Amino acid sequence: MTTTSEVTAPAAAPARRRSRGVDAVPWWLRLVVAVGALYFVLPTLFVIPMSFSESTTFSFPPKGFSLDLYRNFFTDPVWLTSLRNSFFVAVVAALLATVVGTAAAVGLHNLTGRLARLARTVLMISIVTPGIVIAVVVYISFLKWHLVGTFAGYVLAHAAIGMPFVLVSVTSALSGFDSKLLRASASLGAPPLRTFARVTMPLISRGIATGAVFAFVTSFDEVVIALFLRSPTFQTLPVQMYNSVTFEVDPTIAATSSLVVSAVTVVCLVPLLLGSRRKNR
Amino acid sequence: MTELVRTRVPRPHWLLLVPALALLGVVLLLPLAQSFLRSVGAPDLTDEHYTSLFTDGVTMRVLLRTVKTALLVTVIAFAFGYPYAYVMTRVGPRMRAILLVIVLVPFWTSVMARNFAWILILQRGGPVDQFFSLFGLHVVLYGKVSGVAIAMSQVLLPFMVLPLFSALGGIDRRLLLAARGLGSSPVAAFWKIYWPLSRAGVTAGLILVFTLSLGFYVTPALLGTPQQSLIAQLLAQRTTQLLDFEGAGALGIVVLLITLVLVAWANRIGGTVSAIGVVATSGTKEAR
Repeated sequence: MTTTSEVTAPAAAPARRRSRGVDAVPWWLRLVVAVGALYFVLPTLFVIPMSFSESTTFSFPPKGFSLDLYRNFFTDPVWLTSLRNSFFVAVVAALLATVVGTAAAVGLHNLTGRLARLARTVLMISIVTPGIVIAVVVYISFLKWHLVGTFAGYVLAHAAIGMPFVLVSVTSALSGFDSKLLRASASLGAPPLRTFARVTMPLISRGIATGAVFAFVTSFDEVVIALFLRSPTFQTLPVQMYNSVTFEVDPTIAATSSLVVSAVTVVCLVPLLLGSRRKNR
Repeated sequence: MTELVRTRVPRPHWLLLVPALALLGVVLLLPLAQSFLRSVGAPDLTDEHYTSLFTDGVTMRVLLRTVKTALLVTVIAFAFGYPYAYVMTRVGPRMRAILLVIVLVPFWTSVMARNFAWILILQRGGPVDQFFSLFGLHVVLYGKVSGVAIAMSQVLLPFMVLPLFSALGGIDRRLLLAARGLGSSPVAAFWKIYWPLSRAGVTAGLILVFTLSLGFYVTPALLGTPQQSLIAQLLAQRTTQLLDFEGAGALGIVVLLITLVLVAWANRIGGTVSAIGVVATSGTKEAR
């Protein structure tokens, strides 16, 4: 009875739910898992009470209750400009990453063989490359190309690190895609581009949207490369947050953190919900 | 009939890969190549920037400290990750999805918000300090390697949990019941049967977490001290403060090579490198 709902689960164990005492999950394991779950989720929540503090230091627990830090954030041109820069960089970088990433995923779909595998590995490489290594070599080369501190420099770098997420999510959307549809469309006279726009695109649109969201968040939150590419005239929000901890000791970061955490949570929940709706279809 | 409709059946085409490869080329491959050429002193080849990594007395010490920190991170991640992944295989699908989302939360919360939160928690007079002062102890992990490691493990746990979950999920629990039925103690059944079967996932998770923690920059920079700097901080310092682009290039290439070799190893054992991409984007997919 209970097992029917668990048929799709990867675990092979039958009838886990009403397990007999001999095979139960012991209480101390549940405790470890509960502590672990708190360890993953709880720390970040500390920024929320802090964001209503009246204090001008980082001392915790916060003193008093005020909206001063939020007022700082929304009136200080430095914070607002950083936010605007981050937003526009992330939008353009996500757009670029989504277009090239989707093209690559479609191109790689159904391709097998050593060369295709190599191409896939190369395209995924920025995911395993330490951020600091990318930041350093990008900085050295971009300095020569006059891209440091420019909008274009930020967009290029962030698009490149966001692209693998698009590749992964579009590839996974394509895995359920029936290529006979392409043949059908072509045999009815549609040129490849129209086939893509009318047949392929609508069927993988969720994968593309998910990838775009992740590329946006990757760029919006990226700090290591951004620290190297910053200039006095152009910096992003994470860089300003970094400054506020290291140079300024400005608790406005607490308000910023709360806002960013809430925003990213909402943005990340969207693809999860989209994903689960697709599963339930 | 079909001969008549000689169609251009749209095949996946290599040309579609060009934009992505071009983007990656400009942002990553070309800069890497340039830094590499610079580090070997092209056109006159020299290995001085590489040998000085071993002889300057600083790099090796920092590298050793980085490795120690990474080991500590890996131990913490394993201590939480193994029971967590095990319980994930033992609960119902809904609970499993919730547990997966929970472990992915740090991964998708703002890097700066997360690190700022750890500063609040670990600082002098912070919650951890206050808690231990109840027992008359004074525990300030801010500025210590252990504090850095705790904050790093939090975000690296998905890379431990996901390979483990897929390995543990494939183990037939009836083997354990059989062992128990034949008179084995629970501990012996675990060590003789469950543990060996889970080892591929364990190795993959350990390597992945260890490797990824080698390259952390923001967390040690914010929660550690300059005196206790890790390899990423050294790399940043050489680049932006000392403007030693040759030395930085050499060190960057070495760090990258170490990373790639270890990741390739983990991939061979656990088949989980795309796990990193999947970890990031999968959400609940894996859990169902």
